[in-house]
Amino acid sequence: MKSLYTWGAIAVIVLTSTAGDVLLSRGMKQVGDVGALRRRIGLWAVLARVLKNPNFLIGVLCMATAFYSLLFGLSWGDLSLVVPASTSLTFITNAVAARIFLHERVDQRRWVAALLVAGGVVLLAV
Amino acid sequence: MTFRKYLVLAGVAFFAATGDGFIARGMKQVGNVSLHDLSGIFLVVLNPVIALGVLFLLVFFACYMTALSWADLTYVLPATSVSYVVLTLIAKFILHENVSLTRWLGILLISAGVGFVTQGPALTPPPPAESDELVGASLSARIEP
Repeated sequence: MKSLYTWGAIAVIVLTSTAGDVLLSRGMKQVGDVGALRRRIGLWAVLARVLKNPNFLIGVLCMATAFYSLLFGLSWGDLSLVVPASTSLTFITNAVAARIFLHERVDQRRWVAALLVAGGVVLLAV
Repeated sequence: MTFRKYLVLAGVAFFAATGDGFIARGMKQVGNVSLHDLSGIFLVVLNPVIALGVLFLLVFFACYMTALSWADLTYVLPATSVSYVVLTLIAKFILHENVSLTRWLGILLISAGVGFVTQGPALTPPPPAESDELVGASLSARIEP
């Protein structure tokens, strides 16, 4: 039963952090290149534009949910399972989600990179 | 990709690794936080090491958002995973922790992943304007009687 809770928490962490990353990425693309904008309209105006973006705000909410799910996951399962499993799975779900929702060109190079990093994260925690 | 943009990516990796490191060290000083008394989770920020960790993670978030404003998510995430390598090197050479062969292999895989993704373009080019016009034309053709 405890392992079911642990894997449930891992699933929630992966889903919410993927949704958060995708929404933050979409929000920041809508805002535009922050460096160029800052030179044109100033830092405070850029900050206001970011904080008014709905995708950014929902993305932050998703990230906060992922963080608290991680805390609950850690109280049910081992650190050596919860952190590497959720981190490495998030690299893979992000590649899938970025292709579907952000229409990013996830070519062979990016797939290989995501899989190598996901595998590396698992090995670091062994 | 300009030098400044590579600097922002390095900032993401550096501040994520050091921020996590400060928070981990601070939490060891504070001790266990009970899930039944959640007020403790808010009071931990009064610890100076944790406060420094939170500050570093805020800088990490600013760098991460900046990177996402001009690069793809599938570029930024693997490229900044170099933070795991930094964290392990800190553990080995500054904290003098024992790093096993499996962990070195993990570092090798992550470094290869970083190398792979940074050789490619950082941003997916937007679809050509012509195709947008064609889509618009075909849509209006469908809507108009």
